[in-house]
Amino acid sequence: MSNLTDLGIKEIRDGVRAGSFSAREVAEAHIEQVSKAKALNAFLIETPDHALAAADAADKAKAAGEELAPLAGVPIGMKDLFCTEGVEARAASAILDGFTPTYESTVSGKLFAAGAGMLGKLNMDQFAMGSSNETSAFGNVVSPWRRNDGGNTDMSPGGSSGGSSAAVAARLCPGATGTDTGGSIRQPAAFTGISGIKPTYGRCSRWGIIAFASSLDQAGSMARDVTDCAIMLEAMAGYDPKDSTSLNAPVPNWEAGLNADLKGKRVGIPKEYRIDGTPAEINALWDQGAAWLKDAGAEIVEVSLPHTKYALPAYYIIAPAEASSNLARYDGVRYGHRELPDGAGLQDMYAETREAGFGAEVKRRIMIGTYVLSAGFYDAYYTQAQKVRTLIARDFEQVWQQCDVLLTPTAPSASFGLGEKSNDPIAMYLNDVFAVPASMAGLPAMSVPGGLDSQGLPLGLQIIGKELDEQGVLNAGLAIEQRAGFAARPEAWW
Amino acid sequence: MSVNEDDVRKMAVLARIAMPDEEIAGLVPELNNILHWVEQLGEVDVTGVEPMASVIHNKQRLRDDVINADPQTAGGVRDKVLANAPMAEHGFFGVPKVIE
Repeated sequence: MSNLTDLGIKEIRDGVRAGSFSAREVAEAHIEQVSKAKALNAFLIETPDHALAAADAADKAKAAGEELAPLAGVPIGMKDLFCTEGVEARAASAILDGFTPTYESTVSGKLFAAGAGMLGKLNMDQFAMGSSNETSAFGNVVSPWRRNDGGNTDMSPGGSSGGSSAAVAARLCPGATGTDTGGSIRQPAAFTGISGIKPTYGRCSRWGIIAFASSLDQAGSMARDVTDCAIMLEAMAGYDPKDSTSLNAPVPNWEAGLNADLKGKRVGIPKEYRIDGTPAEINALWDQGAAWLKDAGAEIVEVSLPHTKYALPAYYIIAPAEASSNLARYDGVRYGHRELPDGAGLQDMYAETREAGFGAEVKRRIMIGTYVLSAGFYDAYYTQAQKVRTLIARDFEQVWQQCDVLLTPTAPSASFGLGEKSNDPIAMYLNDVFAVPASMAGLPAMSVPGGLDSQGLPLGLQIIGKELDEQGVLNAGLAIEQRAGFAARPEAWW
Repeated sequence: MSVNEDDVRKMAVLARIAMPDEEIAGLVPELNNILHWVEQLGEVDVTGVEPMASVIHNKQRLRDDVINADPQTAGGVRDKVLANAPMAEHGFFGVPKVIE
């Protein structure tokens, strides 16, 4: 039954419930795919025993006539940013080498309680810092997609959840966890032709997720269609007293609420997202997306978010500032790697450990963060950025008087070749220009595949919604998905 | 504002990263490019605007003042806490001698 790996989360769940196949067959098929896909470098650690144990539990419950849990029989991939008990968690860094959590992150715990099994830990940009998956201490993830020029260039799966996007696109798992700080779910989803949703900040508990920038970090789901994203997100979300920023709000049944009829809805097209230099193909897809939503019954309105161009520079002050503070905990004392040169004192140990354990991009961001938070510069940079953030959030609050959701491209380019942008940090940062504003305002946003560019690479469309209106985002995403009919998939070369 | 090698060296000390000189020199132009780029935020009129402290409409919560409310996060897990230490002795983290 080799085609079990073509099935999505819903199809697997329903098939296991109906007895069309066993959960063990599903797990074994995926484990085999994972073991054959080393060339993608998507998995850092494979955990077949975990996936099989969850599958056997599902099969046993089914045989006993018990009601199956919501994700019973579904094997998933886990981004290496999530702590899972007894399995090494390194955030794709060298400094966390050997760190094996003795506890379970709230999100992974919820997924396992919902019956999901874990196929392994997914590669990512180191500490989630990157937009191309070239900053992992364990080598780049390679996208399963290739340009249609026959050149076999290794392409970027996007970042930071690039292991997740590559694994889902390559049919190694039907769904994977991602985290999004400034676009790290949506941009890799767009690069690999899958769907991914970042919910409202606070929907998913951050407890047990290795922190990058705490006021922005938010977990979400990545899968091959909108329905699967909804099912998985429902299992991940919910109030957690262990995270003081967790939202104490009920989790709706998003799957049951899916409805692609957008009659009476207004879709805003923010004019500031028309940026010079965006490829014509991406702007054409954007127009096509608006036509699809109109076809679904929505009214299209042009709107303005005047502070859009300041979101990215404000992000690159706030995120490094928070990162420099969060990453101060990695000092070689309590866990992870330790460098102790002969005769070194405590301060030398800290400094040598951090020099050896952090990659170049992580150090760059810690240094920027240290600078903008230092005495004399704090107000000029950090306070100013926090004030601009207020204005960005205010823009969104005002725009919701004119529309229910916003439609934009997900990224200003399709995937690029690994190494093609890595020498210019700002060019790399610009890849998140469409994704960052929603993160700054804590809003739910998702990417759905819209089509292929002339090189045969996927392009994504982004839907941004109001606070707590994941349903509105998913519904608009579903309307696009049904009309785009995106069925392209990467040809297996790995 | 621009940074020079001395500024970057000072930042490395504050950040507790033992950077060799060539790494410091490489970072100077990179950090300056990024700093010049973020300086466009100075154009924004923020008169009367409060800096954002919380992105969502959520009240600051405090936990109940009880011992061991959650077995994963409260006391009694010394061995688990020490399980990942590069060096642990007698129930403590082991570090080099500190002589001031």
